[in-house]
Amino acid sequence: MSKRENIAKDSGTRSNPRVELVRSEAPSELLRELVAHLRQNRTQLREEWVVRITETRLLTAMTKEEIFAEATSVYDSYVEALETEAFEALQAYARNLSERIIPRGVETHEVVGIVLLLRDVLARSLFAKYQTDFKKLNRILDAYEPAANRIANTVAVGFVQERERVIRQQQEAIRELSTPVLQVRERLLILPIIGVIDPQRARQLTEQLLRGIRTNRAKVVVIDITGVAAMDVTVANHLVQTVEASRLLGATVIVTGLSPEIAQTLVTIGVDLGKMNTVGDLQGGIEQAERLLGYKVVTLAESR
Amino acid sequence: MEVPILKQGEVLIATFQAALSDADLNDLRMGLVRQVVKFRSRAVIVDVTAMDVMDSFASRTLREIAHMIRLRGAETVIVGIQPEVAFAMVQLGLTLEGVATALDLEEGLAYLNEKFKTTN
Repeated sequence: MSKRENIAKDSGTRSNPRVELVRSEAPSELLRELVAHLRQNRTQLREEWVVRITETRLLTAMTKEEIFAEATSVYDSYVEALETEAFEALQAYARNLSERIIPRGVETHEVVGIVLLLRDVLARSLFAKYQTDFKKLNRILDAYEPAANRIANTVAVGFVQERERVIRQQQEAIRELSTPVLQVRERLLILPIIGVIDPQRARQLTEQLLRGIRTNRAKVVVIDITGVAAMDVTVANHLVQTVEASRLLGATVIVTGLSPEIAQTLVTIGVDLGKMNTVGDLQGGIEQAERLLGYKVVTLAESR
Repeated sequence: MEVPILKQGEVLIATFQAALSDADLNDLRMGLVRQVVKFRSRAVIVDVTAMDVMDSFASRTLREIAHMIRLRGAETVIVGIQPEVAFAMVQLGLTLEGVATALDLEEGLAYLNEKFKTTN
C-alpha cells in the first residue's frame, strides 16, 4: 500500500472540511500508532482489564497480587506481539505461563477468557480514541483485529499444548511404572499387570515381554492379571497374540488371575483355550512354571 | 541364493539368510527334505535369526517344510525368530501352528536332546 496524498485531515479547523483526502497509511504505521497508544495508556488499561477479570470471576485460584503481576507481564507481551508480530516468542511465553499456572489450577477457559477480555478492553480504548474519525478507526481496526485474533489463538494453542505435554509425560510415567518384566528364577519371568490396559499399553507390554524373553532366555512366562478388572475384546485378542508370539520365541505363557469378567470376555470372543495356558492365581502359576522347568520346591526340613 | 545346511549328528541345521526370494524358499523346501532322506536325519533346525521380516509366503513355506519332514519321521524346530518379527507375524495371524519353536540354536538342540531321550 503506497502513500498517496499527505494532506492530513484535521478534525474541525479546516477551511474546506468537505474535502476528504484519504491518507492511507501503511498497515505497519497504523500498528505503530496503536501500539504507542497502548503503551502510553498502559497503567490505566491494565487496571481496567484486571477489574474486568475480577468481575467475570476468572482466575479465582489466584490472589489479587498474583493476578496483577501476571496481568502486567501478559499485557506487555500482548503489546509487544502486536508490535513485533513475533508470534513464536508469544507462543513460548504462553507455554511458559501455562507451566506456571496450570499447577495452580487455572483452566483453559480462564486463560482464553482473560486474553479475550484484554482484546476487548484494548479495542474499546481504540474506539474511544478514534471515535471522531470513523474511517481511521476502521483502518486501525483493520490492523488491530487480525493481530489481536492471532494473539488470542496463539496463547490458547500454547496453553493447550502445554497441558497436552504434561498429560503425555504423565501417561508415559504411568506406563513405565506399570509394566515391569521380572525374572524370579532362571528361565522364568513374571509380568504382573495392574490397572487399565488400553490397546497402546497392551502393545507396549507385548514388546517389553518379547524383548525380556530374549534377553533373559526365558522358557516360561507367568502373566498375572489379578490387578486387571476388565478388558475389552481388542485387548483380550492382544493377550492371545502375546501368548502366540511368546511361543514363537520358544517360551510357554501361563496366564493367572483371570477375573470372572475377563473369563467371560475370553469365552465370548471364542479364544481357543487349548492355546491358552491358565491357572487360577499367581501362586499356582509359579508352581506350575517351576514344574515345567524341572524345579521342585521342598522345605529345608524335608530336604535333609 | 544358497542356504547353508550343516549336519550335526542326527540333526540338520539350515540357516536362513536375510533376504530369501520366493524361488529360494521353494528350492529350500525340496532341498531340505532331500537332505533328510540322504542323511537319515531325525531332526532339522531352521535358524531364522537373520530374517528381519517374515511374510505369509515364508511362513507358509516353513510350515510345509515341517510337515514334509514329519512325513519322513523327522522333527523340525524353528529357532531365532526376532521379537519384532514374532509380533508382526501374530498380528497377521501367522502362528506357525503345529511347528516347534525355540529361542535360538542352543535351545533348539536342548529341546531335541530332551525329545530324543524320552523317545529312545
